[in-house]
Amino acid sequence: MNVPADLKYTKSHEWVKIEGDVATIGITDHAQSELGDVVFVDLPEAGRAVALDETFGTVESVKTVSDLYAPLAGEVMEVNGDLATDSELVNSDPYAGGWMVKIKMSDPGQADALMSADAYSASLDD
Amino acid sequence: MPNRIPESANMRWKTVREPRLIFEKSSPGQIGANLPKADTPEVDLAATLGDLRDGVEWPEVSELEVMRHFVNLSHINYGIETGFYPLGSCTMKYNPRINEVTAGLSGFRNIHPLMPEDTVQGALEVICGVKEYLMEITGFYEITQQPVAGAHGEMTCLMLIKAFHAANGEGDKRTVVLIPDSAHGTNPASAARCGYDVKSIPTDAEGNTDLVALEAALDDTVAAFMVTNPSTLGLFEPNIERVCELVHAVGGQVFCDGANMNAMVGTTRPGDHGFDCMHLNLHKTFSTPHGGGGPGCGAIGLQEHLAKFMPAPVVTRGEFEVFLDYDRPDSIGRVSSFYGQFLMAVRALTYLMAYGKEGLPNISRYAVLNANYVKARLADVLPAAHDRPCMHECVLTASKYKKLGVRALDISKRLIDHGFHPPTNYFPLIVPEAMMIEPTETESKETLDRFCDAMIAICKEAEEDPDALHNAPATQIVGRLDEARAVKFLDVKYKKESEEPVSV
Repeated sequence: MNVPADLKYTKSHEWVKIEGDVATIGITDHAQSELGDVVFVDLPEAGRAVALDETFGTVESVKTVSDLYAPLAGEVMEVNGDLATDSELVNSDPYAGGWMVKIKMSDPGQADALMSADAYSASLDD
Repeated sequence: MPNRIPESANMRWKTVREPRLIFEKSSPGQIGANLPKADTPEVDLAATLGDLRDGVEWPEVSELEVMRHFVNLSHINYGIETGFYPLGSCTMKYNPRINEVTAGLSGFRNIHPLMPEDTVQGALEVICGVKEYLMEITGFYEITQQPVAGAHGEMTCLMLIKAFHAANGEGDKRTVVLIPDSAHGTNPASAARCGYDVKSIPTDAEGNTDLVALEAALDDTVAAFMVTNPSTLGLFEPNIERVCELVHAVGGQVFCDGANMNAMVGTTRPGDHGFDCMHLNLHKTFSTPHGGGGPGCGAIGLQEHLAKFMPAPVVTRGEFEVFLDYDRPDSIGRVSSFYGQFLMAVRALTYLMAYGKEGLPNISRYAVLNANYVKARLADVLPAAHDRPCMHECVLTASKYKKLGVRALDISKRLIDHGFHPPTNYFPLIVPEAMMIEPTETESKETLDRFCDAMIAICKEAEEDPDALHNAPATQIVGRLDEARAVKFLDVKYKKESEEPVSV
């Protein structure tokens, strides 16, 4: 299972890429593999404030509908509009083309609580 | 390369090898109806109404071709009357034909819901009879058969709970409904529909409600806990009385999702466990048609403190007759037209009376026995998610085949080649690669053995020839369907080949 070393992770299988005070968020390779073919991604509007652990969207696959949880608090700056028509990017390219939202962090210190790639990989083996 | 067909397969060659749409069978000039010559002056419809058929191309086929088309389509159907249907959490039991005989009796079929009560005493007696049976089976104070589906029954129960809290002056305070993470999706949907916030309660390692997490979540904002017992893991909740006590201690109500009542009929009663209300699916547990054959009946049972809120009219036994009690000032009102699906009551009463009080416990006993038999026979190839006796269904995990590239869905699709309907896949969500098998009490040991033999053969094939599973089914009129494409580009309108398909 692909777990890039330069990203941070959550127990609920989101990945986070931190650049300055901006966090780019998506779901992991493991998550897309468990969900199966993604058919619909529901994302928030830009400008919305999200709290830590708040549900900010949903991913619908042929198997199930899953909530997306905010790994960090902040304001949604941008969402990946490509997913509206090409939701399969979440399956084929989860860490790049399948990104979901960019959040301007209100408390960058929250990133310290996220898992490293090693810790996330270990949690998958359990 | 076409898939090889399993030697052990219970093959049923399809009558329809290459199905064509009726539009594709159209031939100009063919006609299916013979209208008599008009004896009135002819009117030019196009001149008066315009050409209503402009742009609409109807198939032109003979009556015989129409007959063949639909009879052949019916041959592609799979149902409980063609084969074993172990779909978990669905209780696909056989519905005895005598149910249809009684439901077809003229005195039941040809009455109108607005007829005066004294002219339909037999019908009211049927509704009242089902109610009295269900009260005794569930241990509840009252039953209404108005809700017409399981989720409708759930929602009606939550409406009663909401009315109860409002009457106690706590309507604004109690805003939260707690639901286990193993619940049917309809539970949070019903709660949200009734305006509640939903909080999820985790399941512990044994497969029971996590009592520590439940206690931590309980406070005076909790309106209700919705719990399925036996749970969707097919496990009886051993702490159910404690769960009810904890919720009641903070003033909350406890709802029982009765989808799994087939495990308890005649053996134990939810009304005695401490539940305040529950829903029943007559179309699962009590043998009325299910799945396309409906309509359903999501009857609910409730304790005395909720009775004044129940939907009116309440079918009530008086001293000399059964009457419809509309004098219910605190009622939440009707939840369906008239008295629910009346002919389902006729079928359910037929079923209940055929078993009788002595026979009813055999439903749950054989349902539980059959599920445990399947669980034990498949233990080596598909271990249970929780290693303890199950109730009416077993939840197995196919996760050990993942490293071979074989998923639960592949096993299920291959099962179709062996002539069986697949079990429920990927539910409950908390079990990886879940396969949920509910054999019901109406299957023989011989059928269960044939099914288990097929499952064992498929699991062996998963190790030797995984592609055979990836390419399954190989014996049907279509192969593996692209489910993602079917969702994203739903195409339900016929277009000639030259035209672009319509997507919605």
